[in-house]
Amino acid sequence: MAGTSTEYIKHHLTNMTYGQKADGSWGFAQSAQEAADMGFWSFHVDTLGWSVFLGLVFLFVFRRVAASIAKQDVNAAPSGMQNFVEWVIEFIDDSVRGSFSGKNPVVAPLALTVFFWILLMNFMDLVPVDWIPALAGQIGEAYFGVPAEHVYFKVVPTTDINATMGLALGVFWLILYYSVKMKGVGGFIGELTLHPFPPKAIITIPFNLFLEGVSLISKPVSLALRLFGNLYAGEMIFILIAIMFGGGYALAATAGGLQLLWALFHILIIFLQAFIFMTLTIVYLDMAHQTDH
Amino acid sequence: MNINATLIGQSIAFLVFVIITMKYVWPPIMAALEERKQKIADGLAAAERGKHEQELAEKRATEVIAEAKAQAQEIISKADKRASEIVEEAKDNARAEGERLLTAANAEIEQEVNRAKEGLRSQVASLAVAGAGRVLSKEIDSKAHDDMLKDLVAQI
Repeated sequence: MAGTSTEYIKHHLTNMTYGQKADGSWGFAQSAQEAADMGFWSFHVDTLGWSVFLGLVFLFVFRRVAASIAKQDVNAAPSGMQNFVEWVIEFIDDSVRGSFSGKNPVVAPLALTVFFWILLMNFMDLVPVDWIPALAGQIGEAYFGVPAEHVYFKVVPTTDINATMGLALGVFWLILYYSVKMKGVGGFIGELTLHPFPPKAIITIPFNLFLEGVSLISKPVSLALRLFGNLYAGEMIFILIAIMFGGGYALAATAGGLQLLWALFHILIIFLQAFIFMTLTIVYLDMAHQTDH
Repeated sequence: MNINATLIGQSIAFLVFVIITMKYVWPPIMAALEERKQKIADGLAAAERGKHEQELAEKRATEVIAEAKAQAQEIISKADKRASEIVEEAKDNARAEGERLLTAANAEIEQEVNRAKEGLRSQVASLAVAGAGRVLSKEIDSKAHDDMLKDLVAQI
């Protein structure tokens, strides 16, 4: 392990960032400070790469089943991956039917994408924290001439607030879109300004707008921060356990036990957070479809 | 932990994935599941219908069997009746025939007896004539005494 524990932790919490450096050239940040200095117009290549890769894995698996199921004889018994996919689809469909009262062909596929994609991204947390970053460091040193300690690589996209916020914003646009589509612009503005206090005096309108605005904005923010916070904390504990491995035989043995326990417990969090994100997405969209205000 | 353009990239990737799922993943699987559900429901309904039909058929079969039994019983009793009738008739016939035969036999016997009597009479007459002839040792002209003989025969 290179450097102190602080450096180790910091190294693990820094993304591989591509952006414009201080001297004006574009490239990968060599330190956490440099990454921070790149400002908004920079990209976390690891987050994007892993999330897109996992999304493609999801699409590949499900699309293959979808293609084969269409050609299949109705009387054939499903087997293997098809069973699993059908089970997931039915689970999502049940959830959507349970929480979403309107009719919208977007919601169920959206819920499926949200659930399975987040699940896969969360699952990257169970890969031991040093494996892939160390490999990335070796590759960086061998092929790109970058010292291994300057190669940053975060494997779990959902421990990056950009990823979770990106998802939450996607959901947020859909909330806004369907609110306007179902209630009309006037209806949506009315919902934001005429509740919870009836507009007897003109002063209640900005007050209502403030309250409803907060509750509207809090939807994507809470979605993003809940997922990010849970996974970030889980990742942090894996990193801390990993540090213990360097502290002699006794600590290493303890760390092994702890890592196993935490990984088992973390499986619950992985599923739970994906499920919560999906359920809240459905509920928020259901609220956007409610026109009886 | 910096907020940067990754956010935008992530949002775009998300929306693209959702659209692909919506177009190419969800509908075919859902359609297949619906089709299978429909098929299972149809199968169950058909099974239910079959069971119902079987019950009806069983009921019908019992009815038919009961009817057939009643019919058979009727036929048997008719046949019994007819048989006893035939037996009665045969008995009557036999009795009549017997009586007829008896009468015929009686008549024949009587005839036979009469014939025998007749024969005997004529034999007795000729014997008597022969006897008398021998006794009298004198040829009797049978022609001369024919009237007397006939008178004798009629008296026997």
